[in-house]
Amino acid sequence: MPMDYEAYTRRKAFIGLILFLSLLVVSLFSLSSGPYHVPLREVLGILFGGGTKDDRLVVLSIRLPRIVAGILVGASMGIAGAVLQGYLRNPLATPFTMGVSNGSMFGASLAIILGAGYSLNSGQVFLNNPYAVVLFAFLGAISATLVILALARLRGLSPEAIVLAGVAMSSLYVALTTLVQYFANEVQLSAMIYWSFGNLARATWRENAIMGVSFILVFFYFILKRWDLNASTLGDDIAKSVGVNIERERLVGTLLSAFITSVTVAFVGVIGFIGLIAPHSMRLIAGGDYRSLIPLSALAGALLLVSADTMARLIVSPMNLPVGVITSFLGAPTFIYLLVKMEGRR
Amino acid sequence: MIETKNLRFSYNGMEVLKGVDFKGEKGEFIGILGPNGAGKTTFLRCLAGILDCRGVFVRGKPLNEYSPRDLARIVAYVPQRVEPSFLTVFDTVLLGRRPYMGLTPSDSDIKTVEEALKRLGIEHLSLKRTNEISGGELQKVSIARALAQEPQILLMDEPTNNLDLRSQLEVMRLARELANDGKTVVTVMHDVNLALRFAKRFLFMKDGKKMADGGLEVLNERLFEEVYGVKVEIGEIGGVLVVVPI
Repeated sequence: MPMDYEAYTRRKAFIGLILFLSLLVVSLFSLSSGPYHVPLREVLGILFGGGTKDDRLVVLSIRLPRIVAGILVGASMGIAGAVLQGYLRNPLATPFTMGVSNGSMFGASLAIILGAGYSLNSGQVFLNNPYAVVLFAFLGAISATLVILALARLRGLSPEAIVLAGVAMSSLYVALTTLVQYFANEVQLSAMIYWSFGNLARATWRENAIMGVSFILVFFYFILKRWDLNASTLGDDIAKSVGVNIERERLVGTLLSAFITSVTVAFVGVIGFIGLIAPHSMRLIAGGDYRSLIPLSALAGALLLVSADTMARLIVSPMNLPVGVITSFLGAPTFIYLLVKMEGRR
Repeated sequence: MIETKNLRFSYNGMEVLKGVDFKGEKGEFIGILGPNGAGKTTFLRCLAGILDCRGVFVRGKPLNEYSPRDLARIVAYVPQRVEPSFLTVFDTVLLGRRPYMGLTPSDSDIKTVEEALKRLGIEHLSLKRTNEISGGELQKVSIARALAQEPQILLMDEPTNNLDLRSQLEVMRLARELANDGKTVVTVMHDVNLALRFAKRFLFMKDGKKMADGGLEVLNERLFEEVYGVKVEIGEIGGVLVVVPI
């Protein structure tokens, strides 16, 4: 029996290794491909300090920050989804169902109508005060969760009620966004729409540093709480019976999930489905043990997003598609497939 | 071991427990009996520290003065229902070791889990996910988890739910063994006959109040009629005491 258990644990480590290697391969491929082709061998040379000036510029200053952003955003969304699904015991739960996406859209739109956005004659849209937009988007994103958690704390909301409150807050923010858009002129409106397309190219090294720090802190916090997450999936009574302060852990876990997602959304916009697909596919492949589910969801999220972003860059090259379109386009059917497979397990 | 003094509890202003006094000692196996809505489950959840109740004492100390972790080393609770999940049976039972372990389980934690699985006869299910097994098997997993907690007080809410006849007897025998080993076992029971056969002491509840408390000597037809509102006859079949509604 213990032999079996060890084999089972080794299998999960093996899945992690495969995901990590795949992420490495996709990232290298992504660094090399694009309208400006850099052969793979040169990419490796550049990473270790060689290469021509032009090649170095393309690989290190344009493509690498974007790939790192993809890894950080995908990993953040992967663990945020995994954790919320555990604490709320709801397969649909992600920070986006807590109103993070619609809240950020409202925040960004508000910043733009207050004067942070304009567009040039060429049709290209720029934000003349990106910091204001990022800040407002972040505050909008996290605010819905704060309202829900305040309610949960005051009135002792059940996980189901928390999810439903998230749905309600999301619709509220949709309404508010529509209201703001109604009063916007066409230039502002196009800036809002432009913002709403999630785009990893917005992230530079500074943004990556912020996202990296917030991801690492929250990741290790969740690793420490892995047993509490396991306990939560069995219901509150059992969680309490094994000594978990489940109400507090649920609040803190939900807040931190919303926080890392809000940080990424503020910088790169809304990119859907990663928080659903990454954890659910890992649950099906490696099981629901949060000891492995947290790192595997991070790896799977990173792999999914970097792959999707590479597709977004190459599909209609030299044009870039918004990566959010790709993830939603492929994510929706994949999610339905996963749900059907999971139902079969009940 | 575990004691309640004038235990009261209300849900949204509705009083469910109206002052219950109770004392469970080391080595006792106590069955809680009573009709639906009598407050049995609420009472058990108060004892387990799941509901925030005043007036529960564990080893002489008020329950709410224990840290969750310390309490979990003394009291284990098996709820009526367990959520099936993507956790394996082994990892589910391993959760019973959470009050004892740091970040990773030790070899002795693993051993305790294996013993608990064996005791319930479900070691062959170890690597199955709990959403792949039957309701009765899941109930055994839940009991195994409570055993892995190595509690001094074991509280079970209808532990024979979902179990087949043979498993019902096995679980009740196990509960009796645990009491004989010196643990305090308190179970809510709907199956009166199973309770009579295995428990040593009976706590009858109705409308949030204690109706009777004691061994076989408190049992009589009038008590059952008073508690359940049903006329019964108490008799003996094959040396086993049975209650038959008439």
